[in-house]
Amino acid sequence: MNNGRGSVFPLVLDQVCFSPKGFPIVDRVSLAIDAGVRTVILGANGAGKSVLMRLMHGLLLPTSGRITWCGRDQRAEAQAMVFQRPVLLRTSALRNVAYGLKLAGMPRAERMKRALDALKRVGLSHLSQRPARVLSSGEQQRLALARAWTLEPRILFLDEPTASLDPTAARDVEEVIREIGATGCKIVMTTHNLGQARRLAEEIIFLHRGRVMEYTPANVFFHAPRSAEADAFIKGELP
Amino acid sequence: METFSDSLSTAFRLIWSADPELADIVLLSLRVSLTAVFFAAFLGLPLGAALAVGRFPGRQAIIVVLNGFMGLPPVVVGLLVYLLLSRAGPLGEHGLLFTPSAMVIAQTVLITPIIAALSRQTIEDAWREYEEQLRSLGASAGRAALTLLWDTRFSLVIALLAGFGRAAAEVGAVLIVGGNIAGVTRVMTTTIALETSKGDLALALALGFILVGLIVAVNAAAQLTRQWALRHYG
Repeated sequence: MNNGRGSVFPLVLDQVCFSPKGFPIVDRVSLAIDAGVRTVILGANGAGKSVLMRLMHGLLLPTSGRITWCGRDQRAEAQAMVFQRPVLLRTSALRNVAYGLKLAGMPRAERMKRALDALKRVGLSHLSQRPARVLSSGEQQRLALARAWTLEPRILFLDEPTASLDPTAARDVEEVIREIGATGCKIVMTTHNLGQARRLAEEIIFLHRGRVMEYTPANVFFHAPRSAEADAFIKGELP
Repeated sequence: METFSDSLSTAFRLIWSADPELADIVLLSLRVSLTAVFFAAFLGLPLGAALAVGRFPGRQAIIVVLNGFMGLPPVVVGLLVYLLLSRAGPLGEHGLLFTPSAMVIAQTVLITPIIAALSRQTIEDAWREYEEQLRSLGASAGRAALTLLWDTRFSLVIALLAGFGRAAAEVGAVLIVGGNIAGVTRVMTTTIALETSKGDLALALALGFILVGLIVAVNAAAQLTRQWALRHYG
């Protein structure tokens, strides 16, 4: 499905602001995100991480500024997003995964086969016929990951994907995220969990009150943060 | 004049023996009201979904009117449909007045706003939960509306049921457009009204029991379905 869709990178944000009712939630953000490494958007609660991600994904429109995909204003189609709380339909796990492919117009037989493949990859094939909404939260989140994965996105956004999970389930989800990244899909993820950022991040975008304070490789960020805010966040002084 | 207990025992005997006149009346009632629910669902569910998901000018006004129309007085609906179908009316040439079809039309008009308004509320609540995910997956508004109609199917049963309850229990509209003609347009509610005024309480009581029993049974079935669905589908 990736073939022939052209390049989507770099994803460039140019002076992007989001300020409904005049209050800036995302403030003059300029970034160029390229394929490859796993990017983690880090920051305290209320720093604007989720809003920034929704702007990138196209669920929100910037109040001002510009977002381009490989130089084009048009929103790239080859992207997917996984939310903090998975939103699953009242049907089987398998049909939930196939739903995204159905929207993309894929014939039934093929989408069922691909959905089952995706379920296998996240370790849920034995639950394929179970109603999705009665699975455990960890299984539901892996199901949401399978649904995103089966679309073969070039970039996958994850908004606090483990925030409502227990540590074991969170590790399972992190493992799947790693595997998706290993297939060449760009990972962009928000978290306020430092441990998770250390485990998964290859580069860090650090947000503070809607502004990007740092955009650096992860090892630089954790060992020699440039801003006082990032330093305080790493030391656990920021809320 | 029979005593109350005489009426009561006659009523039970009528029910127990499946009296043919009684059965015809009950079956016509069911046929008219269920057909009305069918057409009202056909109109009301898409309308409710469109209002829940769509964003267009006049949407808020339509919702206000629809909510208000949930309380339409049946006699007024009966009168309007009577005017439409009467010989001099715009649809008079079809000769539908005083037929079961006229009763179906009147009840459909009566309960379409109920089904549309209740389904709008149900689907809009679901849309609030699903909107970002469905938009992220690339669903158009129309596609999202279809998905939500299916996903909330067990809750929408309640909307259909409210419509059925209203249709089966109303007397004003079917009386005006049906005319309460024995063997042709006589349904449970109109028969109860007529027989009571004639003093034949047995038939009225028997029909009353059946009507209440039916509505309780249908509600119980819907409640059980919903509980099962909640356990099974979450």
